[in-house]
Amino acid sequence: MNPAVASGRDFAIDVREEAGGETTVSLSGRISLRNLNSVRAELHSILEPMKPAGLTVDLAGVGYLDSGGSLILLELEQYAEAASIPCRFANVSEETGGMLGLIDRAAVMAPLPPSAKDPEGAIERIGETGLKVFNDFTSTVTFLGDLLVALGSALLNPRSVRWQDFFFYVKRAGLDGLPILALLSFLLGLIIAFMSSLQLKQFGANLYVASLVGFGMVRELGPIMTAVIIAGRSGSAFAAEIGTMMVNEEVDALVTMGFNPTRFLALPKVLAAMVVVPLLTLYSDLFGILGGMVVGVVGFDLTIYTYLAQTVKSISIFDVVSSLIKAVVFAVLIAGIGCQRGFRARGGAEAVGTFTTSAVVAGLFLIIVADSLFAIILYYIR
Amino acid sequence: MQNIGKEPIITVENLTAGYGDNIIFKNVSFRVMKGEILVILGGSGCGKSTLLKHMFGLYRPKAGRVLINGIDAATENPEELDGIRRNIGVLFQSGALFGSMTLMENVSLPLEEYTDLSSEDIGRIVRMKLAMVNLSGFENHLPSELSGGMKKRAGLARAMALDPKVLFFDEPSAGLDPVTSAELDILMKRINAGLGTTMVVVTHELDSIFAIAHRVVMLDRDAKGIIAEGTPQELKESSTDRRVINFFNRIPAAAGAEDQRA
Repeated sequence: MNPAVASGRDFAIDVREEAGGETTVSLSGRISLRNLNSVRAELHSILEPMKPAGLTVDLAGVGYLDSGGSLILLELEQYAEAASIPCRFANVSEETGGMLGLIDRAAVMAPLPPSAKDPEGAIERIGETGLKVFNDFTSTVTFLGDLLVALGSALLNPRSVRWQDFFFYVKRAGLDGLPILALLSFLLGLIIAFMSSLQLKQFGANLYVASLVGFGMVRELGPIMTAVIIAGRSGSAFAAEIGTMMVNEEVDALVTMGFNPTRFLALPKVLAAMVVVPLLTLYSDLFGILGGMVVGVVGFDLTIYTYLAQTVKSISIFDVVSSLIKAVVFAVLIAGIGCQRGFRARGGAEAVGTFTTSAVVAGLFLIIVADSLFAIILYYIR
Repeated sequence: MQNIGKEPIITVENLTAGYGDNIIFKNVSFRVMKGEILVILGGSGCGKSTLLKHMFGLYRPKAGRVLINGIDAATENPEELDGIRRNIGVLFQSGALFGSMTLMENVSLPLEEYTDLSSEDIGRIVRMKLAMVNLSGFENHLPSELSGGMKKRAGLARAMALDPKVLFFDEPSAGLDPVTSAELDILMKRINAGLGTTMVVVTHELDSIFAIAHRVVMLDRDAKGIIAEGTPQELKESSTDRRVINFFNRIPAAAGAEDQRA
């Protein structure tokens, strides 16, 4: 009977020590990746107290041996070598011999080559970061220049623009975003009206809720809200789309066919955003005011007429126009940075993810910076 | 072929596959013996890759079944599935290495998931496998730093990580130069002879087919099934089927028509 089966395990180790210290270790059963740890522990406990003068490993009973088993055999060889005793394998079956024949012992035991990801010193890291920031800056400026040239040539020669793509992105970025933008703007208007009314009620100035919501939505929150949603929905999509095309060498194919990737891929997206974002801003303003009106009418007994009249009185044409200009600038920033990040993706799936994230983060950052500049400029113009 | 067993390790029974209403092939049946290298061949669009993906359980058959070691490849029983996954390895067409991981990490992944070995042991097993595919010294390289042939070999090392009984290859020589492709053939034969691993290979490289195949199964798009089966020599020398002759002699299907026009 197979001793392995008798002991309830799938392997067995038997050791015979003959006169003169010649030791025979008989392995049998399955020696595999699954029981590697227990085989090794048992061998260790058997061989440690012994001082054999020679080692013979009898593999006659081995039914199955995989790379884990080979590792055990290599370790036995190593053990014998360390103890300077001869070691040989006996009764090696065809399968086991084939397995052992494929193994490059030197490679398994050799030290690892130095890692490419070695930790760097502080100075090196500062240098790398500096270079990265500089490269980031130059590539952004280069792309901006490219984009302006493409926009200019589109103005001079409108037929060169891929209008089919343009309308596709108008639908994607604009039409498909309407429901979510409406909902969020409506809720935002509701919130502002509610929060401001808590304060204004103390002075009996409930009517001014309308002014506050109208002015706030048109001047600041409408454009910002729209820009944030476009950055999340479309800026990221642009980056991921172009990034995947970069990774798949599709952009290289465009270049070799004589297309300018900026004009071919980025221009329709940027143009679509420039058209869509101002329209969406007006739409967002409208829903914000509607949200405020619900609070005003339901909560503070204003009539719809008084609420709207007060809203119209508080908003000037200047406010609307300036907010639309702001929206166009936001559109260029979001779509531009989305495309630019996409063009920088190299390598694989991970890079696409990294640059998509970067597109959204950079987009939001630029929106806020641009908005601050607008706040200052508009204050002095007025 | 001394190491081909008598009992089948994979049995394909009346397999029908397709996408939507489009049937790719119908009632395909054949067996793969232990230790055998079986090549599935056929022109583009005949469903070779689809058949392969059904064989390792990636796709569900429309009808029929595939048994690996007696277990249905499309099983939903997690234990059976685990048993199948441990016993098969797949080399995808482009290697399918994880781009963000080094070769070491790529090959370690199945070992970490399916065994309870220490990281030191895993390291040694991984380097054993990488040495088998002649990639010693590339442990810390990323896939993007390797050539096409090296990526294939690294993918093979990962497929072999758990010493699978069956290896599936989806067009291993696609996109490789003839020399690299021949080297890969030799490597596959060495592994087959050394480890007794059964291999199922999809390819249409004639040189590869003659170099590695013990037996071939030929699919055809219009017949929607197997049109020939046998050793490559048999098919090349004694087949009377026009489609088989055309394939082995690289004659375009439209050649006859063109001759008449000229």
